[in-house]
Amino acid sequence: MNFDFSNDEKMIRDQVARFLSEQCDSKVVRGILEGDENYSQGVWTGLAEMGVMATAIPEAYGGVGAGYPSLCLVAEQIGAHLAPVPFASSVYLATEALLQFGSDDQKESWVPRLASGELIGTLAADAATSCRVEAGKLSGKKMIVADGGIADFALILAEDEKARIGLYLVELNHNSVKRENLQTIDPSKNSSSLYFDAADAELIGGLDAGIAEIDRIYDRAAVLVAFEQLGGAARALDMAVNYARERFAFGRPIGSFQGLKHMMADMYVALKLAESNCYFAAWALDTQADELPLAAATARVSATQAYQLCTRDNIQVHGGMGFTWEFDCHLYYRRSNYLTLILGGLSEWEDKLVDCLPDERAA
Amino acid sequence: MDFNDTKEEAAFRTEVKAWIDANAPTYLAESLVASGFGSTGTGDKDPLAEAKMWQKKKSDAGWACIQWPEEYGGRGATPMESVIWNQEEGFYSKLSGTFIIGQGMCAPTLMAYADEDQKRRYLPKLASGEEVWCQLFSEPQGGSDLAGLRTRAERDGDNWVINGQKIWTSGAQYSDFGILITRTDPEVPKHRGLTMFFLDMKSPGIDIRPIKQANGESGFNEVYFDNVIVPDAQRLGEVGGGWQVSLTTLMNERLAIGGGIATGFPEIKALVETLPMGDGFAIDNPAVRSKLADWYAKTAGLRNTAARAMTALSKGEVPGPENSIGKLVAGGMMQDIAKYAIDLQGLKGVIVDPELAVSSARFQAMLLRSPAVRIEGGTDQILRNIIAERVLGLPEDMRADKGIPFSQIPSNTGSTGKTSTSR
Ligand SMILES: Cc1cc2nc3c(=O)[nH]c(=O)nc-3n(C[C@H](O)[C@H](O)[C@H](O)COP(=O)(O)OP(=O)(O)OC[C@H]3O[C@@H](n4cnc5c(N)ncnc54)[C@H](O)[C@@H]3O)c2cc1C
Repeated sequence: MNFDFSNDEKMIRDQVARFLSEQCDSKVVRGILEGDENYSQGVWTGLAEMGVMATAIPEAYGGVGAGYPSLCLVAEQIGAHLAPVPFASSVYLATEALLQFGSDDQKESWVPRLASGELIGTLAADAATSCRVEAGKLSGKKMIVADGGIADFALILAEDEKARIGLYLVELNHNSVKRENLQTIDPSKNSSSLYFDAADAELIGGLDAGIAEIDRIYDRAAVLVAFEQLGGAARALDMAVNYARERFAFGRPIGSFQGLKHMMADMYVALKLAESNCYFAAWALDTQADELPLAAATARVSATQAYQLCTRDNIQVHGGMGFTWEFDCHLYYRRSNYLTLILGGLSEWEDKLVDCLPDERAA
Repeated sequence: MDFNDTKEEAAFRTEVKAWIDANAPTYLAESLVASGFGSTGTGDKDPLAEAKMWQKKKSDAGWACIQWPEEYGGRGATPMESVIWNQEEGFYSKLSGTFIIGQGMCAPTLMAYADEDQKRRYLPKLASGEEVWCQLFSEPQGGSDLAGLRTRAERDGDNWVINGQKIWTSGAQYSDFGILITRTDPEVPKHRGLTMFFLDMKSPGIDIRPIKQANGESGFNEVYFDNVIVPDAQRLGEVGGGWQVSLTTLMNERLAIGGGIATGFPEIKALVETLPMGDGFAIDNPAVRSKLADWYAKTAGLRNTAARAMTALSKGEVPGPENSIGKLVAGGMMQDIAKYAIDLQGLKGVIVDPELAVSSARFQAMLLRSPAVRIEGGTDQILRNIIAERVLGLPEDMRADKGIPFSQIPSNTGSTGKTSTSR
C-alpha cells in the first residue's frame, strides 16, 4: 500500500497552481461574476497551452496520458482558484462520455480537439424525454445546462421515434439552437437553457448501448468535482485562519477565542476526512477498481459537506466583512453551493452511497 | 498511489491469516462479535484471563507488539505489517483492550527514557501480557490541565517519597506497574516542576479504590500514595523534565486510541438492514439513508486518514497532532449512532437486558459508555484546541497561570495552589 501521489503527479499540480496563482486571481473571477463574459478565455487558453485538458486523455487521442490522479490534483487547483472556465463540463463530462461511448471514428474526430482546448463540450444527460430525435434531427429543450452558453457542442440524452434512449452530439453554434443564459447563485459559472429546433444530431455509440452506464460517467466526474470542492474548502479555511490571526477584538486576536478556534478545528476535521476519501477515490478512479461507485459517492458526500461547512463558517469568522461584496468569502460560498448541485445534490449522492454499501444481511 | 498489497505484504498477510486461523480462541468469537462497548464480551469466561491467554499465545509465536524490536518482545515488523496484522486479527483484538495503555502508551515512554536493562526486563513481559501497566497521570486538580497536578515526589537519598492522589486510573486494580507523573518543584512554573517515574503497583503505601462509573461498571480507580518509596533508578527523564516525557506518552495515546477506534458504523448498518419499517426495512427510509451515508463517509474518512498516516510513517515521517481527529470524530459519532439506533427501536429502546433488548442491548451499552470516549485521553475541547493551535497555527488560549510559579497559581481550593495535595 502506498497512499500518496507520486512526484510527477505533484509536479503537474504545482505547475497548474503556479499558473492559476498568477493568471486567475479573484479579480479574474470577479470579472466573470460581474461582467458579460461567460468564462475567462484567458485562463482557458493558458490552461490549454499547458496541455491541462489533455492530462488524462490517452495519447492515441491527442492526450498526455498522465493518468487520473494527475487530473485529480489539477481539479483541486481549479477549485482552489475558483477558475471561471468550463473545465468540469468539457473535461470530466463531455470528454469522458465520448471516450466511454463513442466509436473509434467519433473519438478520433472529437477528442483531440477537446484535449487541445480548441473545442468545449458539455453533457446534458438528465430528463431524456425533454428532447426527441426524428430522422437525425433533435428538437426539444434542456432547461439547465452547465456551461451551455459556452460549449461548442453538447451531448444530449434524448428519445427517438421508438422511445429508445440515445446520447446525441449536437453542435450548438447553429441557428437551429437557441441559448439563454440563466441567473444563478454562482454567476462566475455559466448555466444556460438550450432550445433545439430540428438540430443536426449525431448518435454517439449505439442506441440503448449501455446508456444506463451514463451513471458511471457521473461517478467518475464526481471524484474530479470532489477534488475541486476540496481545493475550494482548503482555501476557505486558509482565509478564515489568516483573518482570525490578524483581526483584533477585546484586545486580542479573534483567533484566540475558543468559539472561533473550535469552529475552525471542525472545518479542518471535515476537510481532512474529505481529503482522505478523495485520495481513496482517486485511486479507485485510476485503477477502475470495483470500489469506484462507493468511493466516488463517499468522496462526493464528504467533499460537499466540507466545502459547504468551510465556506459558511469562513463568512462567520470574517464578521461583517464576510458579508460584503468586496471580500472574497461569498465567491467561495457561492461556488460551494453551485458545485453541490451539479451532478445531483447531496441527498442524491447520499442515496447512491447507501445503494453501494454491500448488503451484509445473513444470506 | 496503490491500495493493493505489495507482493511482500500479500505474503505476510497469508502468513498472519494462517496463524490466526489455527490459533485464535474461536470459542469466544460469538461473544466477542456481539460485545458491547467499554467491556469485552467473553461469555461465561473471565475476560482478563482470556485476554492474558491470547496475548501470551501471540507472544510465544512472535505475534505480540510486532512493531517492537525483537529484543523487547516484538518482531521488528514495519508499520504496514502492523496494519495488516490488525486487519486480520479483527474482532479478536477486542481482547487486547486490557493492554492498550501499557503497550500503546507506557511502552513507547519506556523505550524513549528507560535504560537498556530496564527495557529488556520490562518490555517483553509487557508485550506478552504477563505484566499489565497503567497510566497514573490524571488527578482531581489535573485533568485537561495535567500540569496542574499536585502529587509530590521528594528526594530521599537514592529514593523518592511519593505522597498524593491520582484519579481515573484505568486498570489500576489489576496492574503490575504504572508510569507516574509527579511534582518535584512547586516553586517554578507548572510545566517545569514535574518528574516522571515508573513504579511497582504492589509497593507499600499504595491504596487503590475502584470508582463506580456512570455506566455502572468500574474500569477506573482512585490511587492514593502514602509515603510510597520509588528508587531514583526508576525515574524517566530528567528531574523537572516530566512534562517533556509526558508528551511522548500523550502523543502515543492519541495514536493508540485514535487509530483503530470503533465508530459504531458496522453495528448501525446491521441494525437498519434488518429492522422492519413501513413495508420494508429501516435502510429503505430516506431519513435513515441520509444519516447512514453521513456516518459511512466519516468512518471511511477516518480509515483513509489512518492509511495516509501509515504511508507517512513508513516513509519515516513522524505522526503529528493531526492524528487527534480520530477520537474527536469517532466519539461524538458513536454517541449519535447509539442515540439514533435506540430511537429507531421505539419504546423497546429503553431495555438494557441483553436477553430482551434489540441487538443484545449493544446500542444501550454504547449510549451509556460513549460519553467517556469524549473525555478520556483528551476531551473533545482539548483536541479542538490542539488542532486549532498546533495544526492551524491559531494563537494560544489566554492563560491565567502563564509564567507564574506553581505555588502561586490561583485555584478554587484557596487563593493559591499552596493547599497542595488533597488526601
Ligand atoms: C473512562 C476514562 C478512563 C480514563 N483513564 C485514565 C487513565 O487510565 N489514566 C489517567 O491518567 N487518566 C485517565 N482518565 C482521565 C482523563 O484523561 C481526564 O478525565 C480528562 O483528561 C479530563 O480531565 P478532567 O476529568 O479533570 O476534566 P476537566 O479538565 O475538569 O474538564 C472539564 C470540562 O472542562 C473542559 N475544559 C478544560 N480545560 C479546557 C480548556 N483549556 N479549553 C476548553 N475546555 C476546557 C473540558 O473539555 C471538559 O469539558 C480517564 C477518563 C475516563 C473518562
